[in-house]
Amino acid sequence: MKYVLMFVDTEEYAKELAAMTDEERAEAVRQVERWFADHAGKVSMGGSKLQPGHTATTVRLQRGAEPVITDGPFVEGKEVVSGFCEIEVEDLDEALRMVRTWPACPTVEIRPVQDMHAGR
Amino acid sequence: MTDEVPRRAAHDRAAHDRAAREEVARAVREHAGRLAASLVSLLGDFSAAEDLVQDAVETALVRWPVDGVPERPEAWLYTVARRRGLDLLRRESNYRDKLALLRQPEPGEPDDRLRLVFTCCHPALTRQAQVALTLRVVCGLTTAQIAAAFLTQESTVAQRITRAKKKIASAGIPYRVPSGEEMSGRLREVLTVIYLLFNEGYLSSTLDRAQARDLVDDAEWLASLLTGLMPDEPEAAGLLALIRLHRARGAARFGPDGRLVLLADQDRSLWDRAAIDQAIQLLTRTARRHRSPGPYQLQAAIAACHAEAQRWEDTDWPQIAVLYDMLLHLAPSPVARLNRAIAVRYVDGAEAALAALKDLGDTLDHYPLYHATRAELLRDLGRRQEARESDERALALTANPAQQALLEERISWA
Repeated sequence: MKYVLMFVDTEEYAKELAAMTDEERAEAVRQVERWFADHAGKVSMGGSKLQPGHTATTVRLQRGAEPVITDGPFVEGKEVVSGFCEIEVEDLDEALRMVRTWPACPTVEIRPVQDMHAGR
Repeated sequence: MTDEVPRRAAHDRAAHDRAAREEVARAVREHAGRLAASLVSLLGDFSAAEDLVQDAVETALVRWPVDGVPERPEAWLYTVARRRGLDLLRRESNYRDKLALLRQPEPGEPDDRLRLVFTCCHPALTRQAQVALTLRVVCGLTTAQIAAAFLTQESTVAQRITRAKKKIASAGIPYRVPSGEEMSGRLREVLTVIYLLFNEGYLSSTLDRAQARDLVDDAEWLASLLTGLMPDEPEAAGLLALIRLHRARGAARFGPDGRLVLLADQDRSLWDRAAIDQAIQLLTRTARRHRSPGPYQLQAAIAACHAEAQRWEDTDWPQIAVLYDMLLHLAPSPVARLNRAIAVRYVDGAEAALAALKDLGDTLDHYPLYHATRAELLRDLGRRQEARESDERALALTANPAQQALLEERISWA
């Protein structure tokens, strides 16, 4: 099954990162790279890091009317999606096993990708 | 004197009805889960298989009380499920392939219900969904019975189950017993669900709900199923022993008027000594094979201390306090601390116990037994006014009628 992993940053985590020395930060990056290398066979797409939440632009489409464009992510909150990747694994348990070892941001959402051929 | 005979006849009839109801419940429980397990394997579709079984169970609940439980309940349920299944399958393109798979499970087949249990209690489902799904799929309860047991709307339970089944399919929750290092965490989920069922059933088992299906039966049955299928898991046996020890004291928990009787005031001659001995044997056997006991074994050991005391005065409180210390070390919880404080009362006195309760007020402010315990300790210390206030607070918090009656009584003589 295909899932998208959405990596979610929190304010505390951003603070932790900011407080790191250059060397510690480089080690954190290496850990993420190692994670992707360990799961290379399962990551089918991406491994993309996003720019911070404040760079987002949200478009709310109004039925018939002009869309409303706002500055910032679609939910204003302390948790912001900071990256994503698509994985191809057997089932949710395998996805959970994979995510358990994720070395960086504190929250990961696992979302199954809808199978377009299933006609649902 | 003259109306004695018809009254006895009515009494006999009620007893007969109850026995018949229990027999039906037992037969459903024993066979519905098995059928569900094999149909999920055969059809590869959890939701469809479960619908078929639910349909068969509902038919059985209409027929069996009238016709009696059939000689081979599993064949009966299978026939009904199959008939309904054919209607569903005819609408599918691979009808013939699936039809070929839809055969009656053989009696000697390995028990697949463990997979069913672990799927129903998958951590990606909410706790409420885990509970509802386990009751329906593994124990064969109908949605209406689950709603009655939890005093919820039937539509709410139905919705919860539909949503959970959708998630199982769309999120790819596997139909599998977890392996290796996943096992301990996943087993904990299952045990929590069973423990919740037990608590819910145990705390609400009052006379006015005699018609509802007894969740304690289902909890004990599930724990026993799990212990049978996972003989090397000491905590499954621990939970089973815990449930059985509590049940063994069941007859003494309520007075003739349906009021809850405190442990200290219970007529211990009503306790089922044989059941207590068996549960303690189970616990001892388990402890002998595994080194450090887990939280359920410890709770069972505490229940065993109470059950072994011939009189309230004989209770081994120092031992209970030690067991609570071990429990708090493994699984710290405010409720366990509250219970430890009760043991401390008998070891070191009310003053020490009250001190042990000290910083629990914030977390347990909404827990009636916290206030009830405080009330007792304050009364011990002669602080009557404060005791009364705590009693009132406890009363305002409990929804359970038997508990309410007990607290009301306490306020009136306090």
